[in-house]
Amino acid sequence: MNRQFIPIALCIAAAQAFAATDEVTLTIKNHVFEPKELKVPAGKKVKILVVNQDATPAEFESKALNREKVIPGKSTGVINVGPLKPGRYGFVEEYHENEAGAQGTIVVD
Amino acid sequence: MFAAAIIVFRESLEAALIISIMMAATRGLAMRGRWVLGGIFAGLVGASIVASFMQVIANMFDGMGQELFNVGILLTAVAMLAWHNIWMASHGRELAQQMKNTARAVTDGRSECSVILLVIALAVMREGSETVLFLYGVATDSANGLQNTVAGGTLGLAAGALVATLLYAGLLSIPVRWFFAGTSALVLLLAASMASQAARMLIQADLLPSLATPIWDTSNILAQNTVAGNILHGLIGYDAQPAGMQLLAYLGVLIVIAIGMLWVSRRNTPSLTA
Repeated sequence: MNRQFIPIALCIAAAQAFAATDEVTLTIKNHVFEPKELKVPAGKKVKILVVNQDATPAEFESKALNREKVIPGKSTGVINVGPLKPGRYGFVEEYHENEAGAQGTIVVD
Repeated sequence: MFAAAIIVFRESLEAALIISIMMAATRGLAMRGRWVLGGIFAGLVGASIVASFMQVIANMFDGMGQELFNVGILLTAVAMLAWHNIWMASHGRELAQQMKNTARAVTDGRSECSVILLVIALAVMREGSETVLFLYGVATDSANGLQNTVAGGTLGLAAGALVATLLYAGLLSIPVRWFFAGTSALVLLLAASMASQAARMLIQADLLPSLATPIWDTSNILAQNTVAGNILHGLIGYDAQPAGMQLLAYLGVLIVIAIGMLWVSRRNTPSLTA
């Protein structure tokens, strides 16, 4: 019984891995990204949920990812990325682009 | 303050370039100044409305409202620019003739005038709404926020207007014989560039495949956030790391409008000589 169970369990696990759309959360608080590095799997579509906890609007921008989106104050924006090749992709909160806290990196591997 | 000025400059530049190209492209039309000013005013009102409803817009279409809203604006502008260029393909000669002879303006330019108004209003609204949101953030954020907002905003706008004025002056120095061919080419590239941006937004909304991302990467040679990169982006749609789909949209719109212009000017040639 055990011999039959293992392949079935593996199949279910594999199916779940495929079906689930990866979501990662990025928070902005006091114009600072948290975390500063987001880990994202290579070769698949990923949704980045950007949670802006500040009262003022923020703009998520990444030239490397070709993405740009305004996140109004006290709200969450969804940014679709991928499938991506392994590597490091920078992003920035454009309204505070010169501040250290407003820089971040997406690490794909 | 300089940080604010730079962002306002960047956002206002694209709209400013569009205004100066449209100003030049409609040279010789009756009362076009009034229509251009009307477009800027309508755009500013629109920008404030869009900015205050950004939350509502952002939440539409499963959180993809902002992308689809921009696509709508961009594609409307592409259609207007296409209409403008095809109209110019049949009236440009007439306008150039009048510029040589008398100052009398073309009389049947009414629909053309509403096209300029709409194109300018849409450009100001799209770029302006982000600027309004940004400035709102600066104004409410820090101790001397309001001061920074006013100073930075004014400086940035002035810089954007300066570049646009220089472009306009440069365009006016094109000899009359080549003038409308030149402005039509610029309008054509503007339309293609907007189509590429619309494609980018549709990719971001996950409604179009990106096809090869990026298809090239010239960010080491000319990054898009430099002043030159910005101007080229506003003028011809330069993108340092575009998706393959953007290139396809760019070339597609370029070719379709060019064919329309050729077709109209061919059809009109015999009637002018007769």
